[in-house]
Amino acid sequence: MDYFLELLLGGLTRGSIYALIALGYTMVYGIIELINFAHGEIYMIGAFTALIVASVLTMSGMGGLSVLILASVVAVIYSAAYGFTVEKIAYKPLRQAPRLSPLISAIGMSIFLQNYVLIAQTSDFLPFPSLIPDLPFMEPYSHIIGPAELIIVLTTAAVTLILTVFIKFTKIGKAMRATAQDRNMAMLLGVNVNKVISSTFIIGSALAAIGGVLIASHIGRINFYIGFIAGIKAFTAAVLGGIGSIPGAVLGGLILGWTESFATGYVSSDYEDVFAFLLLVLILIFRPAGLLGRSPIQKV
Amino acid sequence: MKALTELKKSIVVAVWFMFLTFPIMVIRVNTIEKIIEWRWRNMIFIGVGSFLFSFLWRYLLERKQKQQEVQKGTRSWGTLILEEPKIYRPLLAVFALFVLVFPFIFSTYQTNIMTTALMYVILGLGLNIVVGLAGLLDLGYVAFYAVGAYSYALINYHFGLGFWAVLPVGALLAAFFGILLGFPVLRLRGDYLAIVTLGFGEIIRLILENWNAFSFGPSGIAHIPRPGLLGLNLTLNESIVYMYYLIILFCLLTIFIINRLQDSRIGRAWIALREDEIACQAMGIDKTKTKLTAFALGATWAGMVGVIFAAKTTFVNPASFTFLESAMILSIVVLGGMGSIVGVFIAAMILILTPEYLRAFSNYRMLLFGAVMVLMMVFRPQGIVPNVRRTYKFRIPEKEVR
Repeated sequence: MDYFLELLLGGLTRGSIYALIALGYTMVYGIIELINFAHGEIYMIGAFTALIVASVLTMSGMGGLSVLILASVVAVIYSAAYGFTVEKIAYKPLRQAPRLSPLISAIGMSIFLQNYVLIAQTSDFLPFPSLIPDLPFMEPYSHIIGPAELIIVLTTAAVTLILTVFIKFTKIGKAMRATAQDRNMAMLLGVNVNKVISSTFIIGSALAAIGGVLIASHIGRINFYIGFIAGIKAFTAAVLGGIGSIPGAVLGGLILGWTESFATGYVSSDYEDVFAFLLLVLILIFRPAGLLGRSPIQKV
Repeated sequence: MKALTELKKSIVVAVWFMFLTFPIMVIRVNTIEKIIEWRWRNMIFIGVGSFLFSFLWRYLLERKQKQQEVQKGTRSWGTLILEEPKIYRPLLAVFALFVLVFPFIFSTYQTNIMTTALMYVILGLGLNIVVGLAGLLDLGYVAFYAVGAYSYALINYHFGLGFWAVLPVGALLAAFFGILLGFPVLRLRGDYLAIVTLGFGEIIRLILENWNAFSFGPSGIAHIPRPGLLGLNLTLNESIVYMYYLIILFCLLTIFIINRLQDSRIGRAWIALREDEIACQAMGIDKTKTKLTAFALGATWAGMVGVIFAAKTTFVNPASFTFLESAMILSIVVLGGMGSIVGVFIAAMILILTPEYLRAFSNYRMLLFGAVMVLMMVFRPQGIVPNVRRTYKFRIPEKEVR
């Protein structure tokens, strides 16, 4: 039973991270219908920034919770700035281009950012300081769930809730939904589409940075390549849940996390990624629009 | 006044990039020895570089916009060369001669690289069927390449069959896998298709990596024989040259077949499918059959090149078949100009040869590669040689006009 619980919670943690990254994918896709391949790299840059800031602060004598908070804030700011810049450089000039062009541009951006970090920093794995403090009241349950897991799950839940409220009720959230439905119509009604797209990238990137900081301090080491596989998994999660849908991204992330966790726990750890992709293929065959997605009505 | 605003814009850009790259470019921490390295010089480089680059960026964007306005009706010089027989025939002749004598002018090292580049030309042309003609975005193309390579490696290992015997087998196996992938994804469109094909590619690679009993795992299979030539014993250099001519032959064959396919009934069906699925069905085209043939034919070429690849390197392992490879082949198709054979050729040469000759800057070559992909898309999204749809021209004889 304990083993089952451990796998369940492990899957939950893993799924939460996928969900955090998938939210960025799903928002961007919802608005400009682009698979933002550079999104995984934004997550990686977030983790690196946090690592750098945290190391500098720790070496200059700070400690404890303030390091965690400061490092996270800086990582979020920087990731958002990167997301914003990437959109301005690689996607904005391509709004009117054929569908495949921004995709290639995104792949190029992803390769560029990976190698940028590789050159400017290092190709080795860097040890990531464990920023999350031990929580004393967790002691009796420590064999099942650690403080890091708890914080990851809670953060994801909080972020999802805030994001849902934000999209539903704020002015910019409404503008986002309008732009996602019909960009030209939104423009006609006075929505500043460029601003909306920029803010979507900023929010998505900030979420990815939160995911990056959390997972890095959970796993304890990072390198320039972590963004790629995380990005693909998160995109899988987004598609699984129905791309463009925010609860869908979270659901997809969790399902993916559990699938991987149970499959590695009960079947074989070698085929972890195979299970993830097989699940994706199966779901898309039987529900091509994803779990919570609606298939668009085709007008001729 | 205009100069001042331009200057201001560039300064803003420079400051922004100095801010943006600050933690990654300037600070480097050594967490084990607890040393922080501050590299302020990098910040100056970034500032000056982005300041100058932003001028260039805006100039190019402006030029692109102007060109779009002017060029609504006129054709670019690129397509002009391709359409005028008087220009392209001598060029083609010179080019053919160059290709034929290439191994005798340059070293075997160069020949080897050129063989690789030509392999990518064929791969690009194969993917072009799926992406360029049928409009099905396939991000897992490398899976079929892997199927071809491993079918040669394994069949040779277990049954001792040679290159020429396995070549059609590899192609058929890849085509079979193409149909296997094609069936479930028939209902999917656009990006869902992209992600499923990506997943399929990764599944194949991961199986090859983990199923040790079948594929010998990450260590791969070595000592795959090179193709023989009528039972002659070739030295290493000779066999490289032989490989080169072989690939040229395959290249010509591919170009010929794809050219014919484009204008055939099935080729037109693909283009119709790409343009509008519903209208295409309404015209009585069997969607299932058309999509499956696109997948199967595209995969066939990948399988064939896979066999050639295994024979050329004499060694296969799963690391050669990553997603980056698929992305590379896709970039060749899109950079070249979707559906354009000449474009694919030029793009393959650029994308494969540039990194090879940039080995001096080996650290920076992938960085440049990424940057070129972005810049190319931003400033010339239609590709190097845009594909021109075949149109019928009606020329009024000059006398009647007057």
